[in-house]
Amino acid sequence: MIRTLLAATALCCTMPALAKTITVEAGADAQERLQEALILAEPGDVVELGAGTFELTDGLSLDVDKVTVRGAGMDKSILSFAGQLGAGEGLLVTSDDVVLRDFAVEDSKGDGIKSKGADRIVYHAIRVEWTGGPKASNGAYGIYPVEASDILVQDSIVRGASDAGIYVGQSKNIIVRRNTAIENVAGIEIENSFDAEVTENLVTENTGGILVFDLPNLPQMGGHNVLVARNAIINNNTDNFAPEGNIVASVPAGTGVMVMANRNVQVVENAMINNGTSNVMVVAYTQSFDDPNYDPTPRDVYIADNVYGRAGFAPDFDGGQQLAAAFGGALPAIIYDGLGKGLVVNDAVPVLNLGLTKVGQAPTEAKPSLHKQEGADEAVALSPIVLPASMEAALK
Amino acid sequence: MRTFLAATALCVAGFAVSAAPTAPVALVDDAVITAKGMPKKLSDFGFFKDQAGWQPNKGVELYQLNSPLFTDYAEKYRYIYIPTGKKAVAGGDGVVQFPVGSALIKSFGYEIDGQDRLLETRVLLHRADGWIALPYVWNAEQTEATLKVAGKRIPVSFADPSGNKRDISYAAPNKNQCKECHSLSGAVVPIGPKMRNLPHDTLDMLFSNAMLEKTAGNHPPIPDYADDGMPLESRARAYLDINCAHCHNRQGSASNSGLFLTYEEESPVHIGVGKRPVAAGRGSGGFEFAIAPGEPDQSIMMHRLKSLEPGVAMPEVGRSLVHEEGAALLSEWIAAMEKE
Repeated sequence: MIRTLLAATALCCTMPALAKTITVEAGADAQERLQEALILAEPGDVVELGAGTFELTDGLSLDVDKVTVRGAGMDKSILSFAGQLGAGEGLLVTSDDVVLRDFAVEDSKGDGIKSKGADRIVYHAIRVEWTGGPKASNGAYGIYPVEASDILVQDSIVRGASDAGIYVGQSKNIIVRRNTAIENVAGIEIENSFDAEVTENLVTENTGGILVFDLPNLPQMGGHNVLVARNAIINNNTDNFAPEGNIVASVPAGTGVMVMANRNVQVVENAMINNGTSNVMVVAYTQSFDDPNYDPTPRDVYIADNVYGRAGFAPDFDGGQQLAAAFGGALPAIIYDGLGKGLVVNDAVPVLNLGLTKVGQAPTEAKPSLHKQEGADEAVALSPIVLPASMEAALK
Repeated sequence: MRTFLAATALCVAGFAVSAAPTAPVALVDDAVITAKGMPKKLSDFGFFKDQAGWQPNKGVELYQLNSPLFTDYAEKYRYIYIPTGKKAVAGGDGVVQFPVGSALIKSFGYEIDGQDRLLETRVLLHRADGWIALPYVWNAEQTEATLKVAGKRIPVSFADPSGNKRDISYAAPNKNQCKECHSLSGAVVPIGPKMRNLPHDTLDMLFSNAMLEKTAGNHPPIPDYADDGMPLESRARAYLDINCAHCHNRQGSASNSGLFLTYEEESPVHIGVGKRPVAAGRGSGGFEFAIAPGEPDQSIMMHRLKSLEPGVAMPEVGRSLVHEEGAALLSEWIAAMEKE
């Protein structure tokens, strides 16, 4: 009897069920009902969030492959973590082939949405926001995929992150497309990652607009092949509100694009306007480190075909004002620390070369001059990023 | 949704029939451990002879660890079950490989109003397709623990070891949170039972019951971090190993942090010495290094261990109180490091 029952039960639970839609509405016990749905979902299922505000008391997590979490719209289905008692983020995804779309995450205590080791993840029309605006007490990252291959972040909005609005770390094959990042410390940050396209985003009122960084002592290092193209990078002059200790706390307010310790980065066809320190900075990692496998310098950075607005009128670093005065009131639109190799600027704007000769040198030892180009004018175009067809299909 | 839940209920209800809640179960039900699905009640397994979950059944053996994980001062009761005729095997790396059909069972409770009460029992089941972790929460009558895949917060009042009264919102983890800590390269694995973390009497018990076989290697034990007769360095590293390293290792949930706190880690920067934060956000507390040698009050590690704020507090789950004794130990360890 027991054996038959168990066999029947086993059958019942293993039968490849048809993909189904599990609807979860806002209201009482939202935490338990939504978390349970995310745990009991099976591959192929859609967890559909009703319209309304879900008042959550803990972090949520998803660990089932091929699940879509879909709301009624980024202003309609709202996961509010204002009353969160535990966990390091609002929503954590640790499974592959997940699609997140059409909902909002508000006021999480740590990061907004983190996906770790979640390959082929799609974030589409998601809003992550700290509703009190820029504050050091806000969570670090808004949309935070890390240690994964094939990442697509599109048509999403992130506001108020005390580190980066959209942060992709230690990953490969990445598209960040058509998003809005506003009032974060860094609007969009690609860190320790390979093969990324950051295109057609509106990045405004952050401390720094788009950062392409590489840091030492991490499992994946050697960031390279990053395209920053056709973005509007405007008016990123918000005072840096990152907690000290974090690398972005050292980003000057008024930074448009900052390329640090990366190789083969192309900054092309962007509109970069009204960024008070600089429209583009190309620099080495300046802090001390102990890692023989880490190259702190920028290499093969190509800047071309951009539209430049005003820049350099309020440099936010030591000695910046004096330097600006020496250049007639405003710094050149592009600042290069002089380290690394292969900087090519194909735009008709002056480039300030700080003339540093070794990594970690104090800015006071700078020998500023206008940069003289060496070598080729053109760069070989980066190969377009191609994502699995299933990911682009999920956008429909 | 309703239909879906009903189907699920139906699906797991089958198990409940195999164990009538009032009659003691004769033996552990091996089929329930290895079959697919998530049994709804702890009693379905038959791990305990009594309804209240205190008397382990035949083959279910109580065991100890050298250094336990801190969980809000909860008392923990750990049991190993290995199916009759099978054995766990420990090889050169000291990791205990359990046969399919094994279960690790851990009950959490407090002494409340002079009585020992259980809040939850977590089970790790070794099935043919790997380990599965399931959380069961005890009812107020202490007669049954029920599966809570989404976890549960339980208000509880108790006195800590120093006699201070504590009121906390105890968090029984959800199924995914079980895996967050028990994850190695994305698969669920046991944490505690490694050769170096099992005390002599537990090892003696396992060997004499023919539950464990050692095939190779010598596994010097990790000290009990509470034993102040042991060197400070090894006590601190033991504490980090059992409290942090299940996530903070190269294959764990915190692999991207570059902070690796296993007992074997030799690189000072990966242990945190002079290591700058990567994704700490406000968790940094405004400090530059995970460990600033000689300066515990300037060390991010101490800041996060002493914080109760979500988004700052470490570990991220399972702690709503500061472990004063643990924090004091690590603080002493960092203070004793030579300033750079």
